[in-house]
Amino acid sequence: MNTLHNLARRLMQMDDKIIGCMKCGLCQAVCPMFGASGMEADVARGKLALVNNLAHEMIGDAEAVLDKLGRCLLCGSCQASCPPGVKITEVFMEAREVVTAFLGLHPVKKMIFRTLLAKPELFNFAMRVGVPMQGLLFRKTGQPQGTVCAPMLNFMLGDRHMRPLAKKPLHAVHGVIDEPKRAGGMKVAFFPGCLGDKMYTGMGEACLKALQYHNVAVFMSDKFACCGIPALSSGDALGMMKQMKANLAVFAQADFDYLVTPCASCTATIKEFWPRYADRLEARDKNLVSDLAAKTLDINEFLVKKLDVKSAENAAGVAVTYHDSCHLKNSLGVAAEPRAVIAANPNYTLKEMAEADRCCGCGGSFNLFHYDYSRKIGQRKRNNVVASGAQVVAAGCPACMMQLEDVLSHNNDPVKVKHTVELYAESLR
Amino acid sequence: MASQALIKDFEELLGKENVFSSEADRQTYSYDSAVLTPVVPALVVRPVTTEQLGLCVKKLYENGIPMTVRGAGSNLSGGTIPDKTETVVILTNGLTRILEINSADLYAVVEPGVVTVDLATAVAKQNLFYPPDPGSQAVSTIAGNIAENAGGLRGLKYGVTKDYVMGVEFFDATGEIVKSGSRTVKCVTGYNLAGVLIQSEGTLGIISQAILKLIPPPAAQKAMMAEFDDIQKAAEAVAGIIAAHVVPCTLEFLDNNTIVRVDDFTKSGLPRNAAAILLIEVDGHAGQVADEAQVVEKVLKAKGATAVHIPKDEKEKFKLWEARRMALPVLARCRPTTVLEDATVPRSQIPAMMKAINGIAEKYKLEVGTFGHAGDGNLHPTFLTDKRDKQEFHRVEEAIDELFDVAIKLQGTLSGEHGIGTAKAKWMEKETSRGTILFSQRLRRALDPKGLLNASKLVGI
Repeated sequence: MNTLHNLARRLMQMDDKIIGCMKCGLCQAVCPMFGASGMEADVARGKLALVNNLAHEMIGDAEAVLDKLGRCLLCGSCQASCPPGVKITEVFMEAREVVTAFLGLHPVKKMIFRTLLAKPELFNFAMRVGVPMQGLLFRKTGQPQGTVCAPMLNFMLGDRHMRPLAKKPLHAVHGVIDEPKRAGGMKVAFFPGCLGDKMYTGMGEACLKALQYHNVAVFMSDKFACCGIPALSSGDALGMMKQMKANLAVFAQADFDYLVTPCASCTATIKEFWPRYADRLEARDKNLVSDLAAKTLDINEFLVKKLDVKSAENAAGVAVTYHDSCHLKNSLGVAAEPRAVIAANPNYTLKEMAEADRCCGCGGSFNLFHYDYSRKIGQRKRNNVVASGAQVVAAGCPACMMQLEDVLSHNNDPVKVKHTVELYAESLR
Repeated sequence: MASQALIKDFEELLGKENVFSSEADRQTYSYDSAVLTPVVPALVVRPVTTEQLGLCVKKLYENGIPMTVRGAGSNLSGGTIPDKTETVVILTNGLTRILEINSADLYAVVEPGVVTVDLATAVAKQNLFYPPDPGSQAVSTIAGNIAENAGGLRGLKYGVTKDYVMGVEFFDATGEIVKSGSRTVKCVTGYNLAGVLIQSEGTLGIISQAILKLIPPPAAQKAMMAEFDDIQKAAEAVAGIIAAHVVPCTLEFLDNNTIVRVDDFTKSGLPRNAAAILLIEVDGHAGQVADEAQVVEKVLKAKGATAVHIPKDEKEKFKLWEARRMALPVLARCRPTTVLEDATVPRSQIPAMMKAINGIAEKYKLEVGTFGHAGDGNLHPTFLTDKRDKQEFHRVEEAIDELFDVAIKLQGTLSGEHGIGTAKAKWMEKETSRGTILFSQRLRRALDPKGLLNASKLVGI
């Protein structure tokens, strides 16, 4: 029976994790959402209390709790600095899943996560149809980030300034890539992620160029599905599993040493979230997931640790500042490598901004549902970027890049947004 | 849940975005950092101007509605847990402006919701120093610090929050503004009401502004760590340092239980066999710091330290201090519930207190780790438990009863810096006197005739 009592019983399975919260409230210092709203229900301590109350049947309004759980960027800053080390994002993800299962997933989300994003042919087709329409709907903002806005779609997109979809997605430009290993070289599976394939193709091209330069053979399919993080963030484990399985079928066919992605969120999802849900798979897929997780690396980490890319000496040039993506720093502990990759190009000088590791406010689908807060959080990041005096801001995640472009564009700032590997690839001949 | 009429009134006064009436929102203001039963308030309001703050208090007074003021909700004694389900919580985190930093006259004027570390950072940018550094400084608010008289690591040399309050403005229970103190070093105009408000835990008035003393920062620091095979020797070393007329800015202590647990977690090679370690830092003028560090080292060796480590640079110091930084986080990870106490004794009584703490833990079959501020005798015995285990938690409560008995017998105090709230109210009379309770209650009733301000805290009303 789908009763509140059963929901509570299911949530009680997390009781041992939740009770670890000593209610010190130190999460207030690092939570971007709390920073923007100042509301206790928006900080980890408050959300954990609400999940706890739902588990103990002290609150009946499951929808209200889910709404509060949704007001979170899943940036993991709270978890990274939690004195008793509560696995906060695990609790939040699981609670989103359990409560969403109880309340039912919105039909639009169901369609997107379980059909569109799990079926690459369909998603690619939809985007291909969409690209020519862009000209009708989008208007150039004239900002240096090359963003557009869509006044006619205001009801859906708000006042966003965004990068238009690429004229031709990465997979359509290259088709299937499956190079043989070159003498003494490695082979990687390159997973560009949805944004890398369909929007930031320049980033994808830069990565392919760098891999080529370093004599690394590449496998890239035209059948990659979404990694699953948007579905998972919306509490749709089923949709995420569908997408994961579509990807597993592709990876099972190929032979490679590492799985490399330029998207912090994809990396964290494959490395951390896939294994968490692998228990629900058949034994063969389960092994594949743990094998893949062990082989998955962020591209910056790959360049530095496996290809020995080093900071250039006597760097002097354009000032570039670096934004730590939450999924790189908080989830994967990757912070030094992207900086080394930037510094590998002698034409750039790294200039740190204040609060470089504070969330930019994108948060994936958080940005869709809470655009006002997303912009408010982004404004703080923008202020730090501009105060650094840098002409370029680099990030290791296209979702952060999208957010940075939006806030900088809205402020008429002449600061360009680049992926770290784009900067590095400029120095390669 | 408050009446619709009241909610509407507050929404008109403060705007919808500053009135939280949903069940989910209210539940998140039902607790603070103390291990106590939550109480869900009827309504939560967030004034964003001083004037609004006063109007909120006035409205609640006129309607006879109890009120609890809340900053970050990080106190450890239940001071911000609502008294009743009729209580309205007033948040101060809509009032976060630093109004003035005056480097000629060495003071700052702030609104109540300014976060402690934000003030410390802002004054440091002007090469000034605001010393109070409670463990919660990253989130705690200045008004909360004043209302609890928060301490911190620098208490021994620099004092605590009360030593930096030059003046306050506050609203009394009826919503009248009261002003005390000034921007001058000397001020004897009227009663020292600012002094009365300090550590009043939200029972006498609601702070709307504070004038805080700033000082020039020390030019140099030097840190060291000493190991001891006997707590008695560590305590003698502490006394010896003070007797040699050196007042370190930090003089921290970790017991063996804490050392072993931290080392288990960090694998940083701490002296697992040491009975205690002391972390010491002296600061001041460079020449003075060099002299004092020499004296401290000599005392440590004379009092039988088995090893003294002097970090060569900031990086090494950071590593040595990790043991202290990690003490609470590591202890907190051992068991689901952490009960952090702050019974304080004269520093010469630290060995007796430590012996008592470990004896009590053994008697009640409990795990405890102790660390704290050895220089001022403010220890943090930290009981590791699971509040879901009713029997064990009852033993913790008994152990704490006994602990306070010992602290009082050793001429110490129930609480060095965490406050009384509701957590320690029942022991107040034991440390003070019946008359103290009655006097305090009469004071409260005179100032708050309807008994609306944080009624159940401290001595009750």
